[in-house]
Amino acid sequence: MSPEKLTMMANQIAAFFKTQPGTDGAERLAAHLNDFWDPRMRAQFFAHLEAGGQGLDPLVVDAAQFVRRPAEA
Amino acid sequence: MKDFIIPSDKTFGDKDMGTPAKSGKPVHLTIDGARVTVPAGTSVMRAAAEAGLDIPKLCASDNLEAFGSCRLCVVEIEGRRGTPASCTTPVHEGMVVRTQSEKLQRMRKGVMELYISDHPLDCLTCAANGDCELQDMAGVVGLREVRYDAAPEKANHFATRDTSGQPNPEWLPKDDSNPYFSYDPSKCIVCNRCVRACEEVQGTFALTIEGRGFDSRVSVGAENFLESDCVSCGACVQACPTATLQEKSVIEMGVPQRSVVTTCAYCGVGCSFKAELNGDQLVRMVPWKHGKANRGHSCVKGRFAYGYADHPDRILKPMIRERIGEPWQEVSWEEALGFAAKKMRGIQEAYGQKSIGVITSSRCTNEETYLVQKLARAVFGNNNTDTCARVCHSPTGYGLGQTFGTSAGTQDFDSVEKTDVIVVIGANPTDAHPVFGSRMKKRLREGAKLIVIDPRKIDLVKSAHIAADHHLQLRPGTNVAVVSALAHVIVTEGLADESYIRARCDWDEYLAYAEFISDERHSPEMTFALTGVDPEVLRAAARTFATGGNGAIYYGLGVTEHSQGSTTVMGIANLAMLTGNVGREGVGVNPLRGQNNVQGSCDMGSFPHELPGYRHVKGEEVRSIFEAAWGVQIDPEPGLRIPNMLDAAVDGTFKGLYCQGEDILQSDPDTKHVSAGLAAMECVIVHDLFLNETANYAHVFLPGSTFLEKDGTFTNAERRINRVREVMAPKAGYADWEVTQLLANAMGANWHYTHPAQIMQEIALTTPSFAGVTYDLLEEKGSVQWPCNEANPEGTPLMHVDGFVRGKGRFIVTEYVATEEKTGPRFPLLLTTGRILSQYNVGAQTRRTENSTWHQEDLLEIHPHDAEVRGVKEGDWVRLASRSGETSLRAKLSERVSPGVVYTTFHHPDTQANVITTDFSDWATNCPEYKVTAVQVGLSNGPSDWQERYAAQAEQSRRILPAAE
Ligand code: SF4
Ligand code: SF4
Ligand code: SF4
Ligand code: FES
Repeated sequence: MSPEKLTMMANQIAAFFKTQPGTDGAERLAAHLNDFWDPRMRAQFFAHLEAGGQGLDPLVVDAAQFVRRPAEA
Repeated sequence: MKDFIIPSDKTFGDKDMGTPAKSGKPVHLTIDGARVTVPAGTSVMRAAAEAGLDIPKLCASDNLEAFGSCRLCVVEIEGRRGTPASCTTPVHEGMVVRTQSEKLQRMRKGVMELYISDHPLDCLTCAANGDCELQDMAGVVGLREVRYDAAPEKANHFATRDTSGQPNPEWLPKDDSNPYFSYDPSKCIVCNRCVRACEEVQGTFALTIEGRGFDSRVSVGAENFLESDCVSCGACVQACPTATLQEKSVIEMGVPQRSVVTTCAYCGVGCSFKAELNGDQLVRMVPWKHGKANRGHSCVKGRFAYGYADHPDRILKPMIRERIGEPWQEVSWEEALGFAAKKMRGIQEAYGQKSIGVITSSRCTNEETYLVQKLARAVFGNNNTDTCARVCHSPTGYGLGQTFGTSAGTQDFDSVEKTDVIVVIGANPTDAHPVFGSRMKKRLREGAKLIVIDPRKIDLVKSAHIAADHHLQLRPGTNVAVVSALAHVIVTEGLADESYIRARCDWDEYLAYAEFISDERHSPEMTFALTGVDPEVLRAAARTFATGGNGAIYYGLGVTEHSQGSTTVMGIANLAMLTGNVGREGVGVNPLRGQNNVQGSCDMGSFPHELPGYRHVKGEEVRSIFEAAWGVQIDPEPGLRIPNMLDAAVDGTFKGLYCQGEDILQSDPDTKHVSAGLAAMECVIVHDLFLNETANYAHVFLPGSTFLEKDGTFTNAERRINRVREVMAPKAGYADWEVTQLLANAMGANWHYTHPAQIMQEIALTTPSFAGVTYDLLEEKGSVQWPCNEANPEGTPLMHVDGFVRGKGRFIVTEYVATEEKTGPRFPLLLTTGRILSQYNVGAQTRRTENSTWHQEDLLEIHPHDAEVRGVKEGDWVRLASRSGETSLRAKLSERVSPGVVYTTFHHPDTQANVITTDFSDWATNCPEYKVTAVQVGLSNGPSDWQERYAAQAEQSRRILPAAE
């Protein structure tokens, strides 16, 4: 998947969690990725993040610490 | 007709009781000396029928209100003068009725004599011979002579010419314009049953009786049936006691002699039918009166459009090829399965365990779907399983799961009979769920209010004898804003049902929500600029919903297929909780599922993150249940969803796909992206009836079986598990579940199912909501609604009765986020897509039936104003372009769409409307955004280059070499 598309998808999810009350938006966003993104998508996510994470919403960047690192790509 | 019926007709009698059942207090009476007790309001005719005393009748039928025109059903009642018609006479306490006497018999004979004197006496060659109530009644009343000669010299309706050879002005020719049934006026007895069926059962009002006395006739108000308002539901044909309205298949093949009860394989209503046969030749499909979803009604698809089952295009031999450019090679089952298994295992060796996957079908049975996901999980060893429900109702699963605790629709269909305010959002029931649409219209005619939220003026907004009280004609893509504005009005005007909310929902979450939604930015006045909905209309609708009594929301793909689909579903759940409309009859949140088994395919664990019964694969406890049952380790990581599979294919990490009964190339958005994904795979296995569009990219083709050729179950939109019964042997040798088992075993599994009942046993064993489901139970009850388990042994018609499944109902904040898909100078119009009555989904089945009479091509509906500024006239070829691609189709000028909005269907592969749709999707579930695409429309000369290239490629890839001798 292109980094642009991945970024768009992640930001779309962030757009929802940003509107939710509470301060646990990053955790909830990460839980969503853990539940629905298969390991290779999460690997691509980390790769993009580590390459600078261009375009990623700050909440997505913040959530990364709670995203489960896939065992293999 | 002497029937041999499965299930046995002891439990499910087919007798016509004459008038509808009633539910009043018990009333006692005596009929022919027998004591009878029936509910108040019951007719004497029905009371007698319940006592086994059948009174002769012609104009009465138990699915229609009594009419009292034929006077064949006369009876004598003690203490009452004259001979009242038993169909129109209600019972009274202590009534004493005689159904037979010399006088009554004489009267009935007289009536029959009159009928027969104006009826052609060609019984032996008549299509209804053996299935004609007029014939039966002549027998019952003992008609032996006809004093008023049925003579051609007397005025009559049946002789083409009088004795002097002059044309008979009373005679009318047969109307054969409808492809499925004929109307022969010469046999009509003007009993009015067809007219009432069209009004009361179908709600179309296509028929009337014109003229009086001898001159009265059934009229379609048009040149013929095809040109009329008739939607070919078949209700009148079924109601007709004579051969006047008759299925053409019966005219051709004769009266069927046996029948098997089964379930329609088209839409999510899940109508029950009797498949009526001679030998293994299907003669007709007749809606089954004990079917709890349809109550004896049907639509043109289920009733008539089964001809695809023996269409010459069906592929009955397995085929393989090394490369997609090559022609197909017909081979044995063994060779095809061996070839497929070797390729799939080879791919896994080269690219890893997660490089292959499956797509299950919403058209196949629960048992088949269960096996396909099991194939991925237990044999491939990964969770790469998804279903086309991804592209329609996945947001329902997410949205209702978050708010109520289960994705299940809350009601049964019967519930609509108790509804006072019906809200229809992004659904078009009269086209997409026709039988339920008819039930809805019936309720509306009884006085229920209607709110329609749709960019288009759908039929419900205005048609015969119904009209929406409020139509919120919103701009596509602004559902969340409209739903939030409705909630804003309810909360700020103090219309929320606080005592319900306190009792049933999380109060703190409600307070947070109320504060959020009360903000001015959600008011109808503020959102008007986005939605285009008049604030006054919106306020009025909100008040009607909040204060009008039982409110029920029905929604469809116009809600889910958006980038904010999941958010809208949550907003809908909020509305229902706000107004206290969940947990009893007549209310609720009801997703109208598109295909027949969308519900079932989701229940069966088709999604890559969920095992059967909606339990996340990360749960150790759940995994261990299946690990024990299957004897394998289950991957705790979620697998790929369909769009992710295609992305991974383009990336080169996903290489093999087994696709059962789905045509992702035609039905999924952004066709070019799908074809690029498919082209990048090394092994695509298509298991289907026809060489569908996806098969153009396939290496293995496994012939599928139709719903007539297998046993199993479908689960409809009200969670009702209905039996599908084998009506004839599989034409290609195997039912679909057997093929999946053969493929699994070719890949090293060791499965031994010999009947789908055993698969259901495994489902019941592993999935709590199905724990009580067995084929025996289905045989006994006809159908059950899940959850069906120890707590609810007979199933669950209504959900959340004593509290929400998740405990407290949860309000979720629903902020409007504009879709990325925006109009601009290049693409100034918004395209939205939908479907029509006579065609189904990608049309693979319906296009191969006479249903094409009604819909030969996809058309672009465009507002006359938008057409005019582009110089487009009715019927012109136009180019439809988006940033994804372009296609050409013909224009239809229509005021059903607002200026700025265009609309089309996607039933035909030549149009490929999905070349236009983009790969934007729902934020939570990746459900594609079919319903909003920015487009431009301009005149064109015909099919686009892309369409022509596509057609050529399709032709090329469909070549078949005959099997080597
Ligand atoms: S087929 Fe249905 S719609 Fe057509 S006339 Fe008969 S009842 Fe009415
Ligand atoms: S067409 Fe059939 S149902 Fe209709 S009035 Fe004539 S006989 Fe009765
Ligand atoms: S298509 Fe739907 S409404 Fe029509 S007969 Fe089949 S299940 Fe019923
Ligand atoms: S059946 Fe009662 S009047 Fe016809």
